[in-house]
Amino acid sequence: MSQLYAEGTPIADERAPDGPIETRWDRRRFAARLVNPANKRRLTVIVVGTGLAGGSAAATLGELGYRVESFCYQDSPRRAHSIAAQGGINAAKNYRNDGDSVHRLFYDTVKGGDFRSRESNVHRLAQISTEIIDQCVAQGVPFAREYGGLLDTRSFGGAQVSRTFYARGQTGQQLLLGAYQALARQISAGTVRMHPRTEMLDLIVVDGRARGVVVRDLVTGEVTSHLADAVVLATGGYGNAFYLSTNAKGCNTSAIWRAHRRGALFANPCYTQIHPTCIPVSGEHQSKLTLMSESLRNDGRVWVPVLAGDDRPAGEIPDAERDYYLERMYPSFGNLVPRDIASRAAKHVCDEGRGVGPGGLGVYLDFADAIARLGRPAVEAKYGNLFEMYQRITGEDPYAVPMRIYPAVHYTMGGLWVDYDLRSTIPGLFVIGEANFSDHGANRLGASALMQGLADGYFLLPNTIGDYLVDGPFDAVDPAHQAVADVESEVRGRIKALLMVDGDRTVDSFHRELGQLMWEHCGMERTDAGLRKALAQIPALREEFWRRVKVPGEGAELNQSLEKAGRVADFLELAELMCLDALHRTESCGGHFRAESQTPDGEARRDDENFSYVAAWEHTGVGTPPVLHQEHLRFEHVTPSQRSYK
Amino acid sequence: MVRLWRSTVGKKAVMAVSGAGLLLYVIAHMLANLKIFFGARSLDGYGHWLRELAAPVFGYEGVVWIARAGLLACVLLHMTTAIQLARRARAARPIGYRHRRPVQGSYSARTMRWGGVLIALFVVYHVLDITAGVVNPNGVPGQDYRNVTASFGRWYVAVFYMLAVTALGFHIRHGMWSAFQSLGISTAKRRRALRAIALGVAVVITAGFLSVPIAVLTGVLT
Amino acid sequence: MRLTLRIWRQRGTSDAGELVTYPMDDVSPDMSFLEMLDVLNEELILRGEEPVAFDHDCREGICGMCGLMINGVAHGPERATTACQLHMRHFADGDTVTIEPWRARPFPVVRDLVVDRSAFDRIIESGGYISAPTGSAPDAHAVPVPKPDADTAFEAAACIGCGACVAACPNGSAMLFTAAKATHLGLLPQGQPERYSRAEAMVRTHDELGFGGCTNTGECTAVCPKGIPLDTIGRLNSDLLRGALRS
Ligand SMILES: Cc1cc2nc3c(=O)[nH]c(=O)nc-3n(C[C@H](O)[C@H](O)[C@H](O)COP(=O)(O)OP(=O)(O)OC[C@H]3O[C@@H](n4cnc5c(N)ncnc54)[C@H](O)[C@@H]3O)c2cc1C
Ligand code: HEM
Ligand code: HEM
Ligand code: SF4
Ligand code: F3S
Ligand code: FES
Repeated sequence: MSQLYAEGTPIADERAPDGPIETRWDRRRFAARLVNPANKRRLTVIVVGTGLAGGSAAATLGELGYRVESFCYQDSPRRAHSIAAQGGINAAKNYRNDGDSVHRLFYDTVKGGDFRSRESNVHRLAQISTEIIDQCVAQGVPFAREYGGLLDTRSFGGAQVSRTFYARGQTGQQLLLGAYQALARQISAGTVRMHPRTEMLDLIVVDGRARGVVVRDLVTGEVTSHLADAVVLATGGYGNAFYLSTNAKGCNTSAIWRAHRRGALFANPCYTQIHPTCIPVSGEHQSKLTLMSESLRNDGRVWVPVLAGDDRPAGEIPDAERDYYLERMYPSFGNLVPRDIASRAAKHVCDEGRGVGPGGLGVYLDFADAIARLGRPAVEAKYGNLFEMYQRITGEDPYAVPMRIYPAVHYTMGGLWVDYDLRSTIPGLFVIGEANFSDHGANRLGASALMQGLADGYFLLPNTIGDYLVDGPFDAVDPAHQAVADVESEVRGRIKALLMVDGDRTVDSFHRELGQLMWEHCGMERTDAGLRKALAQIPALREEFWRRVKVPGEGAELNQSLEKAGRVADFLELAELMCLDALHRTESCGGHFRAESQTPDGEARRDDENFSYVAAWEHTGVGTPPVLHQEHLRFEHVTPSQRSYK
Repeated sequence: MVRLWRSTVGKKAVMAVSGAGLLLYVIAHMLANLKIFFGARSLDGYGHWLRELAAPVFGYEGVVWIARAGLLACVLLHMTTAIQLARRARAARPIGYRHRRPVQGSYSARTMRWGGVLIALFVVYHVLDITAGVVNPNGVPGQDYRNVTASFGRWYVAVFYMLAVTALGFHIRHGMWSAFQSLGISTAKRRRALRAIALGVAVVITAGFLSVPIAVLTGVLT
Repeated sequence: MRLTLRIWRQRGTSDAGELVTYPMDDVSPDMSFLEMLDVLNEELILRGEEPVAFDHDCREGICGMCGLMINGVAHGPERATTACQLHMRHFADGDTVTIEPWRARPFPVVRDLVVDRSAFDRIIESGGYISAPTGSAPDAHAVPVPKPDADTAFEAAACIGCGACVAACPNGSAMLFTAAKATHLGLLPQGQPERYSRAEAMVRTHDELGFGGCTNTGECTAVCPKGIPLDTIGRLNSDLLRGALRS
């Protein structure tokens, strides 16, 4: 394996304070130097992304008095992918008095992440979680309430306490609109300048500091540079490397990948979360996958026929010939086992040829028992909107026939490496939200991504960025500076190159092929042989892409094929690193399941001795072996243990 | 107030209030018209009584002129705002759709503007006909009964009146509920009730007005 | 299924556009409407023609990015459904489907079916928020909100900003969008201090941007993918008038 990558020097999170974990954040805040209020007006910060992380950060920085330049590729900041989050947001409010506490949320998150995250970060996240709810309520986020007028909570994703705040099935939407409205307030106050329909294509580094971005106006096609004292990336996850995922179509890796190419380390790229309850693929034309809320597993029973190839309609299969495999394999948790376990189990039964529906890629999620037990009205009250959504998409009535579900790529725990202050390894480049490698370790718990995005944007970054900016304003960069001109011309060159290939395959056809490859070899279950195969095929596909892709139209106009082409080109580079990371981590942990590392009864087996570290990769060039830097993880408050759900 | 007048919502409020004034007049007028069924003396006497009303204070026809001034103000405000809003709407969609299908499909809502114009034309004719007597075969101001029966003696005039009155019914059906909505009185709970009331009022008014030309055409009134 | 598509093609804002006819032979009833356009675009690209530009992102009916006038109805024939959630099984073999962009002066066509809806952002920027500073909020339980109010506020807050209301309104009015936000914030105790000034500012901006006035025709609610109710507009009117009478 050694010829595939090089071992570099270990790295450490130097800004995280030591000492009692409860006061680390306080002490860090106190130690951080403050920017003189009058100086803030002279400091410019670029924030790329307007999701929960970027939107809240831009609004807060603007309110603090910085000059903010905000970018997103959609036509409005309100449409960032965060809008699609359904389930809810965790917070250790303990409003129910059911035993929750900051420490319990901290503990659950570290354990849920399969002991591959930092204690300091996660504890801070749990502390901040309560303030997020206060903040959002003050902004007018219409969370669900009880008849007494107080906030309602539910338990989510297998948590034993009820700590998830929600707004029907549209929590992400409501939280994002809250952040968007705060942003709109700053835009009208003139502190934030918004650049919608503008895509970041590269990072400008001058004298070792991140000083700006090169962007393309998606309407006119114009390529320009924006310069600032610091750059914040909040561009979301890269699940679309798999082509089919629950992410929005435009989600991409370009911003963080380009920053990686300019020197930022990329951490744990292989950590991907696969969600068990999505609507299965219906055909070649499929463009994305739709998530069905996890809550369905509270009442639905998952099964497949006992016999492979049994293609009778569900209703004609007698109970004795059905395999309720989750209940059989995990008698105590049954249908409620965590996401990764449920997903893998579904894959196994389908691999055995027992899958249902077109292509045999699906399992039943059956509500017949629930309807018989609770009555149809009760089931309708609980899940009515989800059933409707299912029917709309599949044309089948889930009250009459069981739903069909299948796992799908959902979230990426990996991302750019950041320290406690959310600084990447390029000075002046901060990374927040799903774009950083985050606090979720090897597996994210339900309802924790929204929490992390808002914690980063409203509370953490605005506090930590000052310690960097206090040394600014940095020397003004002349727009004609060589470093700026070089990046700009590289970007232009790449656009031109994409347009010039004029081959015979569409961008989507490459993306689909890459996605299949990744799903097969770097998906729910990974093997040494499979990953090596992928590592051989991806460079070949990349080479073919640059030889055969066809991008119609011109650069100086709205050109959606060109946008896609740029994104897919970056995925083609990232995918290789994902596979390499998966290959080098020969243990199983969280969402990363290596077939070679399992217990006798088929469960994931961690290898704490050799892999209790964050893998932070350094770029050395496309197709040349990257350098691995390890950040070792220490556990003082939670003792790593084997997860078990039997 | 100037700001309010400038805003589209303010204009709608003006339209609603003036429309309400017109509506009150129309209701009173419809009821008064029914006196025709009690004979010429009843109707003509009523007209006379109106003109004598509070004569010591305002002089003969004083109250009537005050009412006319109020009505005229309402009509002017109503029409001005209607025209302004219609022009705004045209400007808001300079390029139309090639293919367009209304979904909600309320006929009365879509005919408010042309219906209003029809009503306006009708009123002009009507005043020349009955009040001034210019286009009336009888044409003696004050002889309301004979003016009316003479006018409706010509079937095409009666039909024109009936058409106009039906248009008015449609206008009121949407207009009355719409006014509640414009003034912010209609809520989710009240909407059904208000819509039903508007429909009821529209039907009653239309029926009341229709009864006269029908009676003349069928020979009940001569 | 075989379909005949008539699609509005327009290169740029200042260009003239036209409807162009594209026959499609092999449409699966399981496709979403946008996937059907994807398939068309793949064919066009391979034929050396320019693909049809249309906006989309989440493809699950929540981001509000997609928006097409399908056979004269905003978001197509299914009620409470965005174009991305509309499936081809609602069309019949042999149908002709006309696809046009939203049309309103404040929504200029950018290209083909893509329009510029930034006017909506201007409306929100003019007051569609609660001025709550970050980092110093009172405890979330400090102010209870009656459940019915919270539910109604949520219903209005569900607006996805797609613009279908404007597209369908015979007056080109954005009153449903504006009212949804005013209602959402105006119903919550946190939104009270700015309630009347918010309504005034948002309506003023709405008018200045060149949207038409609402004359209560109700087409907007009928096509709204989130079923934003018409009484939000009544509520906005009431807030505006009350605010004006107060000052
Ligand atoms: C269907 C679904 C349901 C989910 N449900 C939940 C849930 O219930 N609870 C939970 O906690 N989490 C949930 N998640 C996860 C969560 O929604 C995301 O992790 C989170 O919203 C990410 O927020 P973000 O701000 O980091 O990025 P995003 O919201 O993805 O925002 C990215 C921003 O970056 C911009 N951008 C991206 N690339 C560029 C570029 N190159 N140039 C310029 N701008 C760019 C985009 O325009 C956008 O504004 C769900 C995710 C999905 C897909
Ligand atoms: C078909 C039914 C109608 C009949 C029989 C009728 C009859 C009359 C009569 C007799 C008068 C004269 C009153 C007077 O001067 O003493 C009159 C006046 C008037 N009518 Fe009608 N009318 C009818 C319908 C309407 C309608 C539908 C409208 C309005 C929409 C209307 C508006 C008026 C007006 C504005 C006047 C003039 C009042 C004035 O300034 O003196 N009428 N009508
Ligand atoms: C003079 C001729 C008239 C014209 C040109 C006219 C025109 C209009 C128009 C264009 C509207 C707005 C329609 C809409 O909401 O879409 C309207 C509303 C209305 N009209 Fe008229 N109208 C006229 C006469 C009348 C009369 C005689 C009445 C009384 C019965 C009346 C009562 C109303 C009411 C109550 C409304 C509703 C106001 C609102 O929507 O807020 N109108 N009218
Ligand atoms: S009110 Fe409805 S139609 Fe209008 S923008 Fe909002 S969701 Fe779309
Ligand atoms: S369709 Fe238009 S007229 Fe008003 S009620 Fe809706 S905005
Ligand atoms: S693409 Fe997001 S709503 Fe249709």
